[in-house]
Amino acid sequence: MRWLGHKTLEHLREVVEAPDLSGTKYRLIREIGRGGMGIVYEAEDVELDRRVALKVLNGVDISGEARILARLEHPGIVPVHDVGTLPDGRVFYAMKLVEGTRLDRLAQSGASLADRLRVFQKTCEAVAFAHSHGVIHRDLKPENIMVGSFGEVLIMDWGVARRGPQPDAAPGTVMGTAGYMAPEQARGEVDRVDERSDGYALGAILRFLAGDREVPRRLAAISAKAMATEPGNRYVSAQDLGADVARFLDGLPVEAYHEGIFERLARVASRNQMAVVLVAAYLLMRVLLLLFTRR
Amino acid sequence: MIPACDNLGVNFPSTRRSAVFATGSADAGQRRQAFEVLVEAYWRPVYKYIRLKWGASGDEAQDLTQGFFTRAIEKSFFAGYEPAKGSFRTFLRACLEGFVANERKSAQRIKRGGGTEVLSLDFESAEGELRQHEPPAGLSMEDYFRQEWVRSLFGLAVESLREECAARGKQAHFGLFERYDLDEAEATYEELAREFGLSVSDVTNYLAFARREFRRIVLDKLRETTGDDQEFRSEARLLLGVDPG
Repeated sequence: MRWLGHKTLEHLREVVEAPDLSGTKYRLIREIGRGGMGIVYEAEDVELDRRVALKVLNGVDISGEARILARLEHPGIVPVHDVGTLPDGRVFYAMKLVEGTRLDRLAQSGASLADRLRVFQKTCEAVAFAHSHGVIHRDLKPENIMVGSFGEVLIMDWGVARRGPQPDAAPGTVMGTAGYMAPEQARGEVDRVDERSDGYALGAILRFLAGDREVPRRLAAISAKAMATEPGNRYVSAQDLGADVARFLDGLPVEAYHEGIFERLARVASRNQMAVVLVAAYLLMRVLLLLFTRR
Repeated sequence: MIPACDNLGVNFPSTRRSAVFATGSADAGQRRQAFEVLVEAYWRPVYKYIRLKWGASGDEAQDLTQGFFTRAIEKSFFAGYEPAKGSFRTFLRACLEGFVANERKSAQRIKRGGGTEVLSLDFESAEGELRQHEPPAGLSMEDYFRQEWVRSLFGLAVESLREECAARGKQAHFGLFERYDLDEAEATYEELAREFGLSVSDVTNYLAFARREFRRIVLDKLRETTGDDQEFRSEARLLLGVDPG
């Protein structure tokens, strides 16, 4: 019998693991990612001549991610094209292949704060849309947000998302990613996990995007409010959170931060630099004119 | 991420029945065939495990391996396997542990050819593998046994694929599989197409066929060497690189 070295053995595991797509309209190209729920491959839809992301689930339950995605038609949520079963019984579904940069990488690529915050706003819009359809993502993090080359933002990996208000796991079940999980989620209090838990994760994403140097106070206050320990102290909705970030970008007062009079003046001055310059120039002229005429 | 991963109901085709349960068959022919399947899949891991776990010499490990399987056949060891208690692989290893401990205690090893049946096993090649390929440092004996079992299973599947391809006149299919998937030297489809005098599209199709057949054979062999469907699925997940959870 031929000796199979470690590298060959690992390769053969991948060969066995690779989905048998015979009988489907897809041709396997390469593996692009894997998680607890399954493996994602890049594949070609030979009938439509387009590339797709093919997610092969570990199990046969299609009641989860594919059905959730099928009901969420939004530019910020990856659409599902097709669902099927492999000859070995595993379920797969084909999704739009998102080509772009993951948010965590984009943040490290030197994108400006304003650009990062605009991506964040779009993320909030997509999350708010999902919430309006009763869907909670439960694993929002920069790695699950893709930014396309035209600035489009897509939220990925809805594998642990929940539909409806009822808990779908036993108490104590922890789903999510450390660092982005709300406290109630990290404690496995499944009946307390709701839209505000996603709001907490959005706050953690905002904090990540703001960076750790010279973060404006008003922006830090927004992420702090979103990440309040008590869900009741957080933003009521992802939409409200996105709106507060929009106000920050526009130089308007934000809900999360009560500014003093000097801070307000500084903000107004910063927001209306041209008007301030014109008024100052006008006043200077008047003073000079007054001095000149008195002589 | 910590997923909610409790329903991995992989439904692999059950084209073959479990040899584990066939070892308890009333039909002597079926019983013998079932033992042959299990011995074929497990004797190498068993031999190497004895050599490394107990530091047995080559001769002693050969005697113990022969003794273990012949005793298992005579006493129907494997008929006592209960899938609910764990995998057959773990059960077999536990039986082996008990057998070796008893043999060493009583110092009454079964001598090869000493009136008992002698299995035809290629110990020389197994010994050569041990000499040339030391187990990775830090690997537990349990993991080593599992790794060698996977190696044995894949090795048998490769041989079966070779035979099946030869019988169906598809030597080129196996040749490509061997070059692309077994040889650790990397070759591109274009290079293989030149080497085999085929088009690149033929290389793609031939390889897809060979891989599909290889996958089927691996799963067939896995089904034969596991107890029930649940264990089969659990072991398949292990083989497929997904934690059983």
